[in-house]
Amino acid sequence: MTGAGAVPKTGLPAVEVHDLTVAYRSNPVLWDVDLKVPEGRLVAIVGPNGAGKSTLLKTILGQVRQTTGWVQVYGEPYATRRSWVGYVPQRESVDWDFPTLAQDVVTMGLYGRIGWLRRPGRRHREIALSCLERLGIGHLAGRQISQLSGGQQQRVFLARALAQDARLYLMDEPLAGVDATTEKAITVVVVHHDLQTVPEYFDHVVLLNMRLVAAGAVEEVFTAENLQQTYGGRSSILTRAAEALFASKATLKE
Amino acid sequence: MEWTYTVRNVLVGSSLLGLTGGVLGCFALLRRQSLLSDALAHAALPGVCVAFLLTGSKSPEVLLAGAMVAGILGAFAILGVIRNSRIKEDAAIGIILSVFFGIGIVLLTWIQKLPSGNQSGLDRFLFGQAATMGTDDIRLLSAVTLLVLFAVVLFFKEFKLVSFDHGFGVSLGLPVKLLEFGLTSLLVLVVVIGLQMVGVVLMVATLLTPAAAARQWTDRLGAMLLVSGGIGAVSGSVGSLASATIPRVPTGPAIVLVSSVILVFSLMLAPRRGMVWAMLQDRLVERRIRRENLLKDLYLAGERGIGFGSWVTLPILMGYRGLSGSGLLRSARRLVKNSLLERSGDQLRLTADGIREAAKVVRKHRLWESYLSRRLELPPDHLHRDAEMMEHALSDEVVDDLDRRLGYPERDPHGKPIPREAS
Repeated sequence: MTGAGAVPKTGLPAVEVHDLTVAYRSNPVLWDVDLKVPEGRLVAIVGPNGAGKSTLLKTILGQVRQTTGWVQVYGEPYATRRSWVGYVPQRESVDWDFPTLAQDVVTMGLYGRIGWLRRPGRRHREIALSCLERLGIGHLAGRQISQLSGGQQQRVFLARALAQDARLYLMDEPLAGVDATTEKAITVVVVHHDLQTVPEYFDHVVLLNMRLVAAGAVEEVFTAENLQQTYGGRSSILTRAAEALFASKATLKE
Repeated sequence: MEWTYTVRNVLVGSSLLGLTGGVLGCFALLRRQSLLSDALAHAALPGVCVAFLLTGSKSPEVLLAGAMVAGILGAFAILGVIRNSRIKEDAAIGIILSVFFGIGIVLLTWIQKLPSGNQSGLDRFLFGQAATMGTDDIRLLSAVTLLVLFAVVLFFKEFKLVSFDHGFGVSLGLPVKLLEFGLTSLLVLVVVIGLQMVGVVLMVATLLTPAAAARQWTDRLGAMLLVSGGIGAVSGSVGSLASATIPRVPTGPAIVLVSSVILVFSLMLAPRRGMVWAMLQDRLVERRIRRENLLKDLYLAGERGIGFGSWVTLPILMGYRGLSGSGLLRSARRLVKNSLLERSGDQLRLTADGIREAAKVVRKHRLWESYLSRRLELPPDHLHRDAEMMEHALSDEVVDDLDRRLGYPERDPHGKPIPREAS
């Protein structure tokens, strides 16, 4: 479990992304992104719909393969740093009518530690329960997950990430309850949709719209000008280039 | 019915197939591969025919190997269509299913006309013919059953995670592709083995019907697998015995009929998820609403000047909501029993407890009206109907919170007092 101050700093950037381009089919979603997330920060990723926020997280996690560039987590490829990373997917990404209980879902965060051919034991169930309790929903541990409200389902996913006992949390879901994870030296990266609350909750912000608009401390980067650039439409050359590329690929195929 | 060698074979075979089909069917159902498994079964038919044409052999190993190859080809063809065209998954499955099945039927008809083919008995793959099962088939089926059960027990938690949240599995570093491939391969294996017993057309039912029925009875995957396997095995044995006892009842359809009856029963009667249960639940809520309305009407009558706890006659109460006297009395009976209400002839009045309960309902109503009016700035004539619903739905907790947020208002937007416990 994460006890206060249990995680010493590494001195390495929590996430480093270099020259990253990601395309779904031939449709570019992220283009030439360079990014360094320093460790121990609360980081918001903001940007309009389709800006590639989720894709950026999924690429860091190895769920989406990049076209070019590389990603490192604490100076190593994700595959070797897996046990340092906790993940909260979007709530809509799963079927909540799946026959399982809240506590079972949280236990899934421990599967990496339990290993093959072994079943979760009492110790694991206790960890899962304590994670649910940290989020104030310990009493819902035995509920089937479809009988939870939307907010409670989010918390179940967050509890599962807590059970991973990570030093970097990637959250594809704007969450109330992020404070349950905060602790010095722990890095939290959240896809955030509410611009107004960014300065209140976060100390670091990444402005993204297909390309990286700006990244840095909130007070320096979270400016009207940068927001205008992020939300005021894509740089027209980039958009046109993407369309041209898509069109050429499409004709090639036919 | 005679307890012959054939009957015993069919009984054992059908139960084993029902068991494995039921277990794997749960994964097919939860991973939304229901249609895919139907396509796999249909796609296997041309494989059987081609295997026979190439080798001239009728041995199950050869024919099933052909079925297996064709099934896998079908699965890849579906993937290929989805990846390389704009055709969506359901359409791709439908197209491949009918193309493969069509080819299968053409080949089958052609084989029947061949001198060597008319005795081939390949048509049993269409609707299945369990009676042709021999000891070899039982041995093969037993091996597959063991393999499936072994794999599911060993990799239970991995299969569960992959079925529930694929992406999270990837982030944990599980070999998700391999696990999914494993599950699908087991599915293909069982489909192919089941073909000669229940046939191409009904195979999917032996997978999905037990699984859908089992889902009704439990909220945990482990239990669902057990129940589904059990329903499959019971359907298999009952169905095969029925077809052995009753003349001219084919085994495959009999098995599917039995499991369908279990499914219908489960859809109706299962606690919480069943339709009857939902209807009962609705009835209970409706009755509670009627009781709360009666309490409230009596309270409002009291508020209008006759004083809380005064007698009100039935005809007056009937006038409020246009209800029948007998309906009102039915609501009243329970309230009298809980000593919230007293009755004397056709007159009713609230007890002290009843006044308190009624005040709670009125408080919810008026606080909700205040909330709508203040926060959503709705005009006064928009408030009542909404509050009529919310007064029965809001929990005490939410209402207390509402009260606090509104700053404990004295009166609602219509100027009526908001009752509170203390007053």
